[in-house]
Amino acid sequence: MIRQINRVTAGLIFLLVALIVNISYIQVFQAKSLRSQGNNQRVLLAEYTRQRGPILIGSQSLAESISTTDSLTYLRKYTVGSDFAAVTGFYSLVYGATGIEAKENDVLAGNDSRFFVDRLQQLIASRKPKGGAVRLTLNSAAQVAAMNGLAGRTGAVVAINASTGEILALASSPSFDPNLLSSHDPATIKKTYDALTADPQEPMLNRPLALTLPPGSTFKLVTAAAALESGKYTMNSVIPAPASIPLPGSDKTLGNWNHKSCGPGDKTTLKHALAISCNTAFALLGIKLGEQALYDQAKKFGFESSFTTPLISATSHFPTGLDQAQTAMSAIGQFDVRATTLQMALVAAGIANDGVVMKPYMVSQIMAPNLTVLQNAVPQALGRVMTTENAQSLQKMMIEVVTNGTGSNGRISGVVVGGKTGTAENKPGESAHAWFVAFAQTANGPIAVAVMLQHGGGATEVSGNGLAAPIANAVMRAAMKQ
Amino acid sequence: MSGSHTVTEVLRRYTVSTRRSAELALLIGAWVLGVFAWILVDAATSTTTAGGWISLIGSGVILLAAHGVVRKYTPYADPILLPAVATLNLLGLAMIHRLDAANAARALANGTKIPTPDVYFQVAWMFIGLVLFMGVLIAISDHRRLQRFTYTSGVVGIIMLFLPLLPGIGNEVNGAKLWISIAGFTFQPGELAKILLTIFFAGFLVTRRHTLALVHSKLFGVGFPRIKDFGPLVVMWLLALMVLVFERDLGTSLLIFGIFIVLLYVATGRRSWVIIGSLLLIFGAAAAYKMFGHVRIRFDVWLHPFADPQGTGFQIVQSLYGFANGGLFGTGWGQGYPQLVPFAKTDFITSALGEELGLVGLTAILLIYAIIVERGARAAVATRDPFGNLLAIGLTAALGIQTFIVVGGVTKLIPLTGLTTPFLSYGGSSLVANYILIALLIRISNAARSPEIEQNVELISEVNP
Repeated sequence: MIRQINRVTAGLIFLLVALIVNISYIQVFQAKSLRSQGNNQRVLLAEYTRQRGPILIGSQSLAESISTTDSLTYLRKYTVGSDFAAVTGFYSLVYGATGIEAKENDVLAGNDSRFFVDRLQQLIASRKPKGGAVRLTLNSAAQVAAMNGLAGRTGAVVAINASTGEILALASSPSFDPNLLSSHDPATIKKTYDALTADPQEPMLNRPLALTLPPGSTFKLVTAAAALESGKYTMNSVIPAPASIPLPGSDKTLGNWNHKSCGPGDKTTLKHALAISCNTAFALLGIKLGEQALYDQAKKFGFESSFTTPLISATSHFPTGLDQAQTAMSAIGQFDVRATTLQMALVAAGIANDGVVMKPYMVSQIMAPNLTVLQNAVPQALGRVMTTENAQSLQKMMIEVVTNGTGSNGRISGVVVGGKTGTAENKPGESAHAWFVAFAQTANGPIAVAVMLQHGGGATEVSGNGLAAPIANAVMRAAMKQ
Repeated sequence: MSGSHTVTEVLRRYTVSTRRSAELALLIGAWVLGVFAWILVDAATSTTTAGGWISLIGSGVILLAAHGVVRKYTPYADPILLPAVATLNLLGLAMIHRLDAANAARALANGTKIPTPDVYFQVAWMFIGLVLFMGVLIAISDHRRLQRFTYTSGVVGIIMLFLPLLPGIGNEVNGAKLWISIAGFTFQPGELAKILLTIFFAGFLVTRRHTLALVHSKLFGVGFPRIKDFGPLVVMWLLALMVLVFERDLGTSLLIFGIFIVLLYVATGRRSWVIIGSLLLIFGAAAAYKMFGHVRIRFDVWLHPFADPQGTGFQIVQSLYGFANGGLFGTGWGQGYPQLVPFAKTDFITSALGEELGLVGLTAILLIYAIIVERGARAAVATRDPFGNLLAIGLTAALGIQTFIVVGGVTKLIPLTGLTTPFLSYGGSSLVANYILIALLIRISNAARSPEIEQNVELISEVNP
C-alpha cells in the first residue's frame, strides 16, 4: 500500500507540475501573441490609465491626454479640432488608432524600448508611468492656411521644405473631428464612426497620401526634366507645337485648350511650351523621348515607391507597355499616370532643391516622458533627379509660368515663385481635377507646395490657376512668415 | 520506583519534537503576507475601510485559536498543513477584496449602488470553517473511529450529492445544479459529499481490498480482476455519470470518480483497476460528448477558444488574456484587470492571481498545493492503520485532483469544468468543506507522528474504558 501511495503522490505532484509548465508557457511564451490579439481590451485599458504623451508642433500641442474621473482615467484631446486630423489621426477605444497616434504609438504610450532608463527612474520614484512626446515638422500657419483654402471643397494640400524634406502642411478636406472618435463613450464613437464612413465625401480618407489621381499638366514638369536630362534639349530648344496632332495608331486627335498652335510656324521653345502648358508640344516631346525615359525620370522623382513619413503614402505610377498614343497622353499626365498630392509636391521640391529630392518626413523629434530629446530627425536625400544646371533651368521655366504664363495666381510680391498648373481630364461627364504645384524661394530655402482639388473641388469651371493656385499661394505665404 | 524510571526512559526515547512553535511562526508569516497583500490592494485601488482591518484581525484571531486547538488536541500534527492552507485562504481574501474594489469602482462609475463586499461573507465563512476545523479536531480524537461510519458516510454522501436535484431546495446556477438553498442560505453539498464519499471509499475498500486484488487473467503482463468484482467500480461510474447527466456538473463527476480510482488502486495494488477506470472514463466522456450539448460546447471551446471569443469562448479567452497580461512578475496587486474575467472570484480566481502576481506568484501558490499534497501523502504513508492510509491519501488526492481540474480548466490545459479552487475561491461550502478535510488530515498526521507509546496507551484506554 505504501508503494501505491508513493506512486499516487508522484502522480498528483506531476499534475501540479504540469499546471506550472502550462502557465509558464502561457505567461512567458504565449503572452506576446495573446497581448496582440485584436479583441484584448487589457492592452488598451492599460494604455488609457497611463498618461499618453502629446503630439506637438513647436510648443503647441495638437493632441494631449487630460485626466478625467472615469475609469479610463485619461481622455485624448485634440486642441485644434479637425485641422490636423489627417496628421494626428484618432485614438479610439473601439477602432484603435490611426495617423501619428498609430505610427508613433510605442512612443506616445510609453512602450518604446528607448524609454527603458526613464521607466526605471519612474519605477524607483514610484511615479505613474507616462508616455513620450512626438514633435512634428508641420507649420501651424501653413496647415491652417491649407485647411482654410480647402474649406468647403474636396481636395488635398502638401507643403514641403524642399531642402530638408520636412512636411510643413498635410491637409485633407473634408476632415473630421478626432475628439468624437477618441471619447470614452463607445456609443458616441460608434455613431460618429458610422456616420463618417457612410459619408460619400469620405472625410476619413487621407487624400494627400492615399489618393492617386491623374496629375494632368503638372506632369509636364517630369517630361520637361526628362527632356533636359536627355542632353538633347535646353529650355530654349525649339520644338514642334501645332494646334493639334493626330494620335498615332488611332483616329483621335489631341489639341491645345485654345485650339491654336503654341507659336509661330507651329513651333515654340520648351520654356514657352511649359509657360502656356502646350499639350501638343509635350505630347510630341514624350513620343520623341520614349516611354522608358519618362518612366525613369518619374521613378527618380519618387514614382513607383511608397513613402513612410511615417504615415505611409500610396505608390504613384507611370504606366508601362505603351503605344505611341498612350505615351503622348502619359507625357501630359493623362492616360494611366497616377500621382498622390505628396508625389507632385516632391516633383516641385526636387526641382526647387537644385535637383535633389529629400525624403519627406513629419516627425522631427522623439522625446522621453521627461521631455529630454531622444532622437532628432536627420534629413536624408532620396537621390539626385537631375543635374543642378538642368534643375535651375527648370526653375526658370516654372518662374516663367507664374510671371508670364498660366500660373499668374501663384505670384507673391517680392518673392520668387515658380509653378505649374494642371487640369486632369476625367471620364466624360465628370469634372476634371484641378492641380497646382509650386515653389517659393525663401531665406530658409525653397518651399514646395502641391494643391489638388478633386473634381475641381466642386467648381463648375475647373482651372488649376483659378482654383488651386490661390490656395498654394496662401500656404506659401503662411509658411514664409515663420 | 524502578518501573516508572523505565517508562520515563522509554518516553524520552520516543519523544519527538512537536514542531508547534514552527507552525505558529509560519502561521504568523502567512497572516503578515495576507495583511501586506490587503494593504497593497488598498493602496492600488485607493479603498480603505474599517471593515478591512476588522476582517484581517478577525482572521488572525481565528487562525490563532485554530493553532491553539491543534497544539492541545493534536500536538504531534504536521506543522505545515495549517499555515499552508491559511496562506491560500488569506491570499484568496485579498484577491476577493481586490475584486470587490473593482465592483465598487464600476458601481461608482455607473452611478449604481455599491454592492456589499463579498470578502466580508468570505471572512465569515472562514470563521465558520475554522470553527468546524477545531470541532473536528476536538470531536474526532482518533480517525479510526470514522471507519464505523463507513456506510453512513456513503449514504449521506450520495444523498448530499443529489440533494440539488430535489425540487424546492435545488438551485440552478449557470446551467449547473450544484446548489441547494435553504432559508436564504445557499450551499454546495457536493463539496461535503467529496469528504463523506472518501471516508466511505476508504472504509469499504479496506475490508474488500483482498478480494478486489484477486487476479483472474493476465493481459500484456498486467493482471486483471474477476468480472464479478467489477460491481463497486461500475456503481461508482454510474454514480459519476448521473451527477454529470442530472446536475450537469462535470467537475464533481470527474473528481468523485478520480478519488475512487486512486483509492481502488492504493487498496488493491492493481494497476489494472486504473486502466479499467481510465477506459470507463474515456468511454463515459465520449458518450457524454455525443449526447450532451453542454459537454460538446465545453470540449469545442477547449480546442478552439478563439473561434468565438465574444461568445462561448469568452471566459477562457479573457482568462488567457489575464495570464498574458500578468506575464512573469504580474501587474501587482490591484493594478491588472482581473474583473474582466467572468467569475473571477470563484472558478477563475487563479486567472486573477496569475494576472496580478504573475507566473512567479502563481507558481508559488501552486507549490503550496504541492506542499499540501506532499504533507498529506507523508501522513498517509506514516500512519499505522490501513484505513488511515487510505483515508489520508484519498483526502490528499481529493485536494490535488480538484486543484488540477479547476486550474487546468482556466489555463486551457484541460476542458473547463466548474469547480472551486480549494481555499482560494469565493464560496462558503468549498471553504468549510476543505477546512474539515484539512482537519482530518491533521488528525491522521498526528497519529502518524505521535510516539508509539501514546498510541498504545490510547488503544488500551479505548479497549478498557
